[in-house]
Amino acid sequence: MTAVVSTPDALNFELPEELKLLKRSLREFVEKELWPLTDEVESSDEIPASAIGKMREMGLFGLPFAEEYGGAGIGELGYCVALEEFGRASAAFSNLLGAHCSIGAMALHLDGTKDLKDRYMPQLCSGEKLACFALSEPGAGSDAANISTTARRDGDIYMLAGVKHFITSGDIADFATVFAVTDPALGARGGITAFWVDLNGPGVKRGPKDRKMGLYGSHTCELIFEEAKVPADHVIGKVGSGFITAMKTLDMGRLSLAAGCVGSSQFMLEKSIVYAKERIQFGKPIGKQQAVQFMLADMATEIYAARNMVYHGAWKADRGERFSLEAAMAKRYCSDMAIQVVDRALQIHGGSGFMKETGIERVYRDSRILAIYEGTNEIQRMIIAEELLR
Amino acid sequence: MKIVVTVKQVPDTNAEKALDPKTKRLNRSSIENVLNPFDEYAIEEGLRLRESVGGDTTVTILTMAPASGTEVVRKALGMGADSAALISDESVGGSDTMATSYLLAQALRHIGFDLVLSGTQSTDAINSVVPAAVAERLGIPCLTFAKKVTLSDGRIEIQRETESGFWRVAARLPAMVSVTKGINEPRYPTLKGIMGAKKKEIKTLSLAEIGAEPARIGDAGSKTQVDSFATVGARAKGTVITVSDPKEGARQVLDFLIAKKAI
Ligand SMILES: Cc1cc2nc3c(=O)[nH]c(=O)nc-3n(C[C@H](O)[C@H](O)[C@H](O)COP(=O)(O)OP(=O)(O)OC[C@H]3O[C@@H](n4cnc5c(N)ncnc54)[C@H](O)[C@@H]3O)c2cc1C
Repeated sequence: MTAVVSTPDALNFELPEELKLLKRSLREFVEKELWPLTDEVESSDEIPASAIGKMREMGLFGLPFAEEYGGAGIGELGYCVALEEFGRASAAFSNLLGAHCSIGAMALHLDGTKDLKDRYMPQLCSGEKLACFALSEPGAGSDAANISTTARRDGDIYMLAGVKHFITSGDIADFATVFAVTDPALGARGGITAFWVDLNGPGVKRGPKDRKMGLYGSHTCELIFEEAKVPADHVIGKVGSGFITAMKTLDMGRLSLAAGCVGSSQFMLEKSIVYAKERIQFGKPIGKQQAVQFMLADMATEIYAARNMVYHGAWKADRGERFSLEAAMAKRYCSDMAIQVVDRALQIHGGSGFMKETGIERVYRDSRILAIYEGTNEIQRMIIAEELLR
Repeated sequence: MKIVVTVKQVPDTNAEKALDPKTKRLNRSSIENVLNPFDEYAIEEGLRLRESVGGDTTVTILTMAPASGTEVVRKALGMGADSAALISDESVGGSDTMATSYLLAQALRHIGFDLVLSGTQSTDAINSVVPAAVAERLGIPCLTFAKKVTLSDGRIEIQRETESGFWRVAARLPAMVSVTKGINEPRYPTLKGIMGAKKKEIKTLSLAEIGAEPARIGDAGSKTQVDSFATVGARAKGTVITVSDPKEGARQVLDFLIAKKAI
């Protein structure tokens, strides 16, 4: 018989010490600083400025970015661990961070010229300035390649014209990564360019905030460009490579979005376990009923699978490997999982779950968007299938 | 100026704890360990003093813990401490306050200090003895329960919290000071702090290095012994008196208290 060679470190599932510390610190920050604000955020539909100030002090707005620009330099795994913890807070906070870090400034970070990054990344990492990501249009959601916002070159500047809609943080952001058509004949393959746009500049208007089903405290609105002037050196990446930049950015965004799903689901599971032990019906805790036990078992199993998907995708990203497939799979699975987990959590809580006080109905409403934005789950399946059939 | 903050790794207060029947010690392997919450105030105070004194003032963290203790030390480094030293040796396990204070005093002599800061107590043992014992062994003044600390010209002054107000107590450095929970609001380790902590040195001190005698540490060096332990029975359910007439209710409560000889 041949001896089995034990290689315990061949696969290491333990988080490095600094990420454990990061996780613990953020758990504490979320519980002490953000939880007490939940009701206020929900009823006022605003995040208090003081909370944004505290998030700045923690260095949260520079989470995934390079240390040379004042970022935390924690990599994609670190970023996912952080957003997992933020998933336990009101979704307004992770949407604020997500729009800024995961997609808004991410495009600049990934493909911006050194000059552009030197100019803007420090103020974005410190959170002094906020960014958003403007791809979707009324006529182009899933079919993002079909956008109609145009950018016309005029000497040293581009003139932007068109309307973007449903833009997270569009009302408060200072800058946006805007995707526009530079060559209609080429379409997505060479015809779309990404621009770094000052939203306080002339020719930019912001629409009223949209009235939504949930995500109170995080706003979306239209961004209207009427011959908005953008300097030619504010092109992100190359002219014509905008669609590639958009896809690369969304790959990063999808993983961290999935991480948030894991965190919020874990929190729902924990609440449900406590309730299942406490709530007495028919003379015993409802957790003694197999029907409830099976719901808990399924929740825990799916969260376990989801977390491993996210960490594995992030691990690949940090190794510099291609991870589009994993990101799409994680986004699709984790968002559906989160929607199901909160549905079961609400069921376990019975009528109390439907009441505002337990905080589950909010998560129920806030979770629904997860299967829609940053590419609907149907679009994720298309990406997955495309990778499979390449 | 060299400030040293002594910290302890304790089981997470929320964790379910169990004693190991064989060793009669807390089973630490199965529970999450955290930085003793009381020590965070001492770290914060150290950092604030460093900021106010300026110059080449440093804050060093000293702890006695298993090798896994580096994780809680990293938190202190993440908050902004400059460096850390860890007394980590299997034979220090089981040390009571006598042995612990001996080890800490030996380590403090070895690394040097002008001011030693600590929390008032740990959340697991809650003895509040170690600071005084360490100071005694080092032959330095010990100022406990400080709710305010001021440093000037090699002199330290504190407001010592009492039930009715505070005392003003002062001493010359070097000195040992334990700080209360209300003294400040400890900062969170920032993300940059956490990443920076990765690069900071955590020095492991061997028993030989600090000149600790084996007979004075661990079980051998401890004066207290755990003979046996038992689980405290769950509290009996209280009596609830429900009556519509408040006077009648008050009378029943009174009867109950008299019957129990409570009044
Ligand atoms: C709260 C919120 C925040 C948002 N934030 C941003 C942001 O910050 N930046 C930004 O650019 N956008 C943002 N969006 C827009 C979001 O990305 C789009 O809503 C999303 O991509 C879907 O586009 P759509 O709404 O136009 O739906 P449609 O594309 O019209 O889709 C409608 C339905 O048809 C399905 N479908 C469409 N095409 C196909 C196909 N080929 N095969 C199968 N099914 C298909 C879809 O999956 C969906 O179920 C946000 C949206 C919301 C609601």
